[in-house]
Amino acid sequence: MAKVLVVDDSNSIRDMVSFTLKSAGYQTVEAKDGREGLNKAQGEGFDLVISDVNMPNMDGITLCAELRKLANFKFTPILMLTTESSTDMKMRGKSAGATGWLVKPFNPEKLLATIKRVVR
Amino acid sequence: MSVDLSQFIPSFLEESFEGLELMESSLLNLQPGDHESIHSIFRAAHSIKGGAGTFGFDSVTEFTHLVETLLDEMRDGRRDVDPKDVEILLAAVDCMRLLIEAARDEEDYDQDKVAQTTKQLEQTLAVNSDDNSTIPAASENAEQTPAMAKYNIHFVPEHNLAKTGNDPLFLFSALAELGELTIKAVTSELPALTDIDPQELYLSWNLILTTEATIEEIQEIFEWVEDECELKITQIDNDKVTNDSDKTTHKDVSNEELKQTDIPTIATTSQSSDNNAEQANVTSGGVSKEQAAKPKTKAKAEVGSIRVGVDKVDNLINLVGELVITQSMLSELGNDFQMDKIERLTNGLEQLLQNTKELQESVMRIRMLPISFAFNRFPRLVHDLAIKTGKAMELVIKGEQTELDKTVMEQIGDPLVHLVRNAVDHGIESAEVRLANGKPEKGTISLDAYHQGGNIVIEISDDGGGIDRQKVFAKAVEKGIVEPNATLTDSQVFDLLFEPGFSTADQVTDISGRGVGMDVVKRNIQSLGGRIQVESTAGKGSCFKVNLPLTLAILDGQLVKVGSETYIIPLISIVESLQVDNELVNRVSGDMALYRLRDENVPILPIYQMFGLKTEYTSINNALLVVVEADGQKVGLMVDNLLAQQQVVIKSLKENYQQVIGISGATILGDGSVAMILDIPGMIQMALTHAQNKRHNTPHNKTSLENTVIGEYS
Amino acid sequence: MDIQDLATDIPSQGEHAVEGIEFITSGEQYLTFLLASEQYAVDILCVEEIRSWERPTKIPNSPSYIKGVINMRGIIVPIVDLRVKFNIGEASYHETTVVIVLTYQAEETSRTIGFVVDAVSDVLNVEATEIKNSPSFGGSVQPQYVEGLINVGKSVVTLLNVENLQQVEQHALNH
Repeated sequence: MAKVLVVDDSNSIRDMVSFTLKSAGYQTVEAKDGREGLNKAQGEGFDLVISDVNMPNMDGITLCAELRKLANFKFTPILMLTTESSTDMKMRGKSAGATGWLVKPFNPEKLLATIKRVVR
Repeated sequence: MSVDLSQFIPSFLEESFEGLELMESSLLNLQPGDHESIHSIFRAAHSIKGGAGTFGFDSVTEFTHLVETLLDEMRDGRRDVDPKDVEILLAAVDCMRLLIEAARDEEDYDQDKVAQTTKQLEQTLAVNSDDNSTIPAASENAEQTPAMAKYNIHFVPEHNLAKTGNDPLFLFSALAELGELTIKAVTSELPALTDIDPQELYLSWNLILTTEATIEEIQEIFEWVEDECELKITQIDNDKVTNDSDKTTHKDVSNEELKQTDIPTIATTSQSSDNNAEQANVTSGGVSKEQAAKPKTKAKAEVGSIRVGVDKVDNLINLVGELVITQSMLSELGNDFQMDKIERLTNGLEQLLQNTKELQESVMRIRMLPISFAFNRFPRLVHDLAIKTGKAMELVIKGEQTELDKTVMEQIGDPLVHLVRNAVDHGIESAEVRLANGKPEKGTISLDAYHQGGNIVIEISDDGGGIDRQKVFAKAVEKGIVEPNATLTDSQVFDLLFEPGFSTADQVTDISGRGVGMDVVKRNIQSLGGRIQVESTAGKGSCFKVNLPLTLAILDGQLVKVGSETYIIPLISIVESLQVDNELVNRVSGDMALYRLRDENVPILPIYQMFGLKTEYTSINNALLVVVEADGQKVGLMVDNLLAQQQVVIKSLKENYQQVIGISGATILGDGSVAMILDIPGMIQMALTHAQNKRHNTPHNKTSLENTVIGEYS
Repeated sequence: MDIQDLATDIPSQGEHAVEGIEFITSGEQYLTFLLASEQYAVDILCVEEIRSWERPTKIPNSPSYIKGVINMRGIIVPIVDLRVKFNIGEASYHETTVVIVLTYQAEETSRTIGFVVDAVSDVLNVEATEIKNSPSFGGSVQPQYVEGLINVGKSVVTLLNVENLQQVEQHALNH
């Protein structure tokens, strides 16, 4: 089953995303900010990255851009988990190489349904 | 599928409250141009909004959205950080807290306050009201009238689509879940094999989807790629479909086959997607109902919870391990005991004692929390009070990491608030007065906590005008609390502040009230087994020192014997123990005896008399005195014998009996018998009441004690 | 299994247990004891345990019928001498003197108090209809402590009201 990197500075959101994914059979690895996420990504490959945008140390947009520089993340789907659905936000995400975005509030059914667009 | 997230509510709540604290402290310390703080405040609000949305705490989501919008403008530099905005944001933090608490407890909140703050936020936002972001709805496409329709989807992705991590294959399988899908690849763009860049995409597709889904739902699947593709979705009637598909099929078949064209026609019945939708609807309904029921029980269960560091738990486990080893060693010894093994037994018992002591300490440590939990509300309080009073002041906090029992912490909060308010209101002078007295314009209030012996000392000090001894005394005389000719020491005068109904403020203010609080403060502190002292220097400031036991469950006590009874005197109250030097005893007014302790006359209180006990030691001559102090009053408790000092576990007498005057509780001694713990302030009060009753009976014989009495006790 | 579920399970089992007792015996059971030569009874469901007399720790300035407190498995339990309280017979303490520890469960709190009596005698099965009202002819036992009278053969047993016995205790001790 697919392996997902979940990056969020909020424990509860991170736990929930991870819990939801695991309950659907995905394997997850958690990171509490962009920097930790990048470190974990350097060690192993993932089938999907779900990341918050606003985080201390390294934000999600930067993380996305950094991940795209890594050879094995060139085509990996990266989804931004965000409450900001403005076009500006989407453009910034896109230009950093994000695959798509998940709009909060976080809804488990929706998450599972939408990630099917990018991963099995 | 249904995923129940209600188990995450407690951690969301905990995180939210932490977030609010962070917001508050960052707002209080916010300097102009401090982008990092604005960012972290924004992040906290953002997380709260996100989580609240997930759990259906709509009032929190809506309100926080406003807060977030305002913070967003500040973050983007579209708005300057105005002190007025900071005040509004602080009020907003309060409202968020109210709303979250209300959501947690499923109770009502102060709607006026929230409405008022909402209005303020909206007014502030109205100034730059071009922001058109809306709160994303939790569930979308809730109900649709299902009607089968056929759509033709023409999808031409840009060549570099894959670089964003998107893959048409997954998009098509998502589409296939909506209904019956026919996929035709268009390969006309495909370059010559030698020109193919393996990372680029050259195909486009014509898809026919028969589904109950709306066009919006189809568009949503392409949401992430809509900027990187050409997308045309058109609804078609059946006849046209056949025509169109015939045409495209015809065209495509003639083209050469590539991997992508191998995609089988993915067809799932629309039935299954129906089921999915229905299931999703049912669960979302179910979740909201569950959420209505669950948070309450969770919140209740949480009331008694405590966060403990893993190191503390590990330490306990180690100690229990040692205890088990000692136990097995002792039981082995007991199985076949002979007198020659006595030394091993003694060693074993000693080890057991050590284990027990360490275990006890570790268990107590679990209940200990840094006092910052009680201190962290003060920056905000002082900030608000400074605005309210118009006095300039700053708060200095020290010793925040000093640990204190959770129960004591919970109960000391309010008294501390009162003392700080008092310091702001009565202590710190106005800027003009300060400048006139050659002091810095800004007043300083300090909070400090440190351990001293088995106690924690909390100091609340200010660099204000100090307590006016004359004024306090005059007021006390006026209120009939003390007699005009009484001679009191400074500390006795300052203690008058804690008398019921005492106030030194010329004007009653709404900050520290009408002086009704200080006696309550003292009572609360005493009920925790602590005491409060005041030091003050005119013109320099005052310091209120609160001395508290580290825990309420265990007390360091001195065991004493009176007659056949054993009593425990809290070590915190003991000044010293001595044997009476007969020459220093002065008898006054019948059976009242005073002991000259250096330059103080200390009344001697024979416990046997106060408690009506039989003992052979009734003479003061060479008697043993335990000098104790409470409320600035020293007395010598006369006992038969001094026994050991030890820690005792406090048991309530109230549980099965009732409060007893002069007794604060009971404990069980090593031999299983019960011993009473003396309540020193209570005993002193008992003696005073007794002396007063006596005075009423014999009005001409004034006791000397009267001169050292601090006020009337009723 | 959720702890909440467990908690809701337990009372139902308890109810079964109580039903079982009612099946075996008809009516209620009462423990009878002696104060001098008079017989008294209390609801057996209130009886926590029966202990032999041990010297309690005195409570300062308490009424004379409060003998003090004892340690019952870590709980501090006050001891009331019913003979002193009701002014019946002699309050002497020897090997046969016993303490009946009663727990009365009020709505939110429960209170456990030990009562000194001369001897424990029997367990009575009594139907509710067998409990007669007590004539108020002013014995030394105040009427609020008396629930009713039970005829047993030729003698009469005074049924005590445990709730009042424990509640009124508190008021009486307040001075």
